[in-house]
Amino acid sequence: MQTAMAKTLVSPSAPLHLAGVEGRGAAVAAPGPILLRPERPEAPAAPAPDRSPLGRARRWVKLNAAAIRAILLGALSIGLFILAWHVLTSNRMILYVRFVNVPSPEQVLESARTAFSTGAFFDHIYISCRRIFLGFAIATLVAVPLGLLMGRFQLLKDFVFPVSEVLRPIPAIAWVPMSIMLWPTNEESIVFITFLGSFFPILINTLHGMANVDEVLVRAARCLGASERATFREVYFPAVLPQIFTGLTVGMGVAWVSLIAAEMISGQFGIGYFTWEAYSLVQYPDIALGMITIGVLGLASSFLIRLLGRAVTPWSRAK
Amino acid sequence: MAVPPVPPAQTGLIEVSDFHLAYDTLDGAMVAVSDADLVVRPGEFVSIIGPSGCGKSTLLNAVAGFLKPTAGRVTVDGEAVKGPSADRGMVFQQYSLFPWKTVRENVEFGLKMRGLGRSERAVAARTLLGLAGLSAFEDHYPDRLSGGMKQRVGIVRALATGPKVLLLDEPFGALDAQTRIIMQQILTNLWQRLGISVLFVTHDIDEAIFLSDRIYVMTARPGTIKAEVTVPLARPRDAALQLSPDFIQLRADLGALIREESLKAMGGELNEDALKGLAVNLNGSNLAQVV
Repeated sequence: MQTAMAKTLVSPSAPLHLAGVEGRGAAVAAPGPILLRPERPEAPAAPAPDRSPLGRARRWVKLNAAAIRAILLGALSIGLFILAWHVLTSNRMILYVRFVNVPSPEQVLESARTAFSTGAFFDHIYISCRRIFLGFAIATLVAVPLGLLMGRFQLLKDFVFPVSEVLRPIPAIAWVPMSIMLWPTNEESIVFITFLGSFFPILINTLHGMANVDEVLVRAARCLGASERATFREVYFPAVLPQIFTGLTVGMGVAWVSLIAAEMISGQFGIGYFTWEAYSLVQYPDIALGMITIGVLGLASSFLIRLLGRAVTPWSRAK
Repeated sequence: MAVPPVPPAQTGLIEVSDFHLAYDTLDGAMVAVSDADLVVRPGEFVSIIGPSGCGKSTLLNAVAGFLKPTAGRVTVDGEAVKGPSADRGMVFQQYSLFPWKTVRENVEFGLKMRGLGRSERAVAARTLLGLAGLSAFEDHYPDRLSGGMKQRVGIVRALATGPKVLLLDEPFGALDAQTRIIMQQILTNLWQRLGISVLFVTHDIDEAIFLSDRIYVMTARPGTIKAEVTVPLARPRDAALQLSPDFIQLRADLGALIREESLKAMGGELNEDALKGLAVNLNGSNLAQVV
């Protein structure tokens, strides 16, 4: 019966009042332009949520359906890949591309078992990781401050940028002969190649980030009394941080590419050397083992960087 | 809430005199602002209105210390403005909160720059956030706030260092009309409690009248001061004021002044007749046929 009263018109000269309030309905004789609806009766309380473990689990599945589906599809896709690999290699198929000498998943698993039981394989991994860490860390420590300063001081940028642009397109692998001449030890030349590979992506991304810093934020800081140094620390650096991490992720990828190339050509240890040596020694399963290891290491290091990036930019996570 | 009386402000005198600002271009100097004078007395609330591109923000930025006049003087309390300083708080249209700092860290920023300790900063920031009704959001990142909330943070951040003057550059321009009115009341309230001078740039006539003691009207580019208007409305003012005859009259007068300039700013071809469709000679046919 409240709906019947709901469309009562309120006269503009009369003070506004709620239609449907007892005894007032009759007073509204002259219709005005404002039409007030009666207040709704309180909505019935929602049924209490099922708090049992089963109910919670059901809701969790519902809320995370997309992620669960992605994981299942991912597992399926990798499973299918291994299955195809198995079929192609165990039947030694020739589809123009020749799978005759390609090791099967079973053979690779077998060689992995052997490799994991000896220390030599882990030494290779350790040495590669150390080279990556050194080259990448030095690149970060040089490229990030350089990029920040170049972004802030045009004079420095105008001076340094041309050289950087000329050197940047040279692939790290083309540096191998030069690097061997430059550095006293083989180890240093490989770290140098790794450094070069990651240096430019980090520098360029830092520069880009600096170019995109919102000038208004700098102004805001200045009229809150920030000095040049404080502005750098409190505004430029955090503003560029997400872009720096983009550079670090790309740089890490290129670092691995460069490292493996360098190890294959001039190394005596390392996972790239292991892979190339397997080919020379006709240990075909070890080639695939080396490749997979490189893939897993590259993936893991990118993941670590992304994790670190998320940890140091908590504001970009808040939605 | 009754506002306790504040002793009259002694500082915060802004003086701009014979202000010229021109940019060098290939075609010679492009004059942005020419021969502008204005004064904001201690504790006064003054607005600058004018068509877009008239140089009102240029003037404000010069008072803030971001721009140097080509000729003329900008002083605060008799001292020439040489660069930005925490003595002159500024609020920007684009909010300009630091996205990587929480609401409270944003408000604390000026105090941190001044070297205040962590706990002192927190106390001051919490008080101000309380005044702005934002206590519950002190640990949020700005991303998660609405426009009105962001700008309240922007205002209290600018006030946290206890500036002599507060400069606002179309601070409510991006807000919806309802939020804007509430923000105007919050700003008035803060201004009355703190008793500092305010220079406020806007293109919204109602806003300028509602907030200001005096209003400067600027001409189209090259901008200069066209009129100085004293707002004859008593304080405290509330939203109902906008219905009073004085308000409506003032709005009409200011509207006429600015309309002239806005038309100039939109290019010489537009005038009142053109807007009514009289000036375009269509040889007797109507527009629908021509198009």
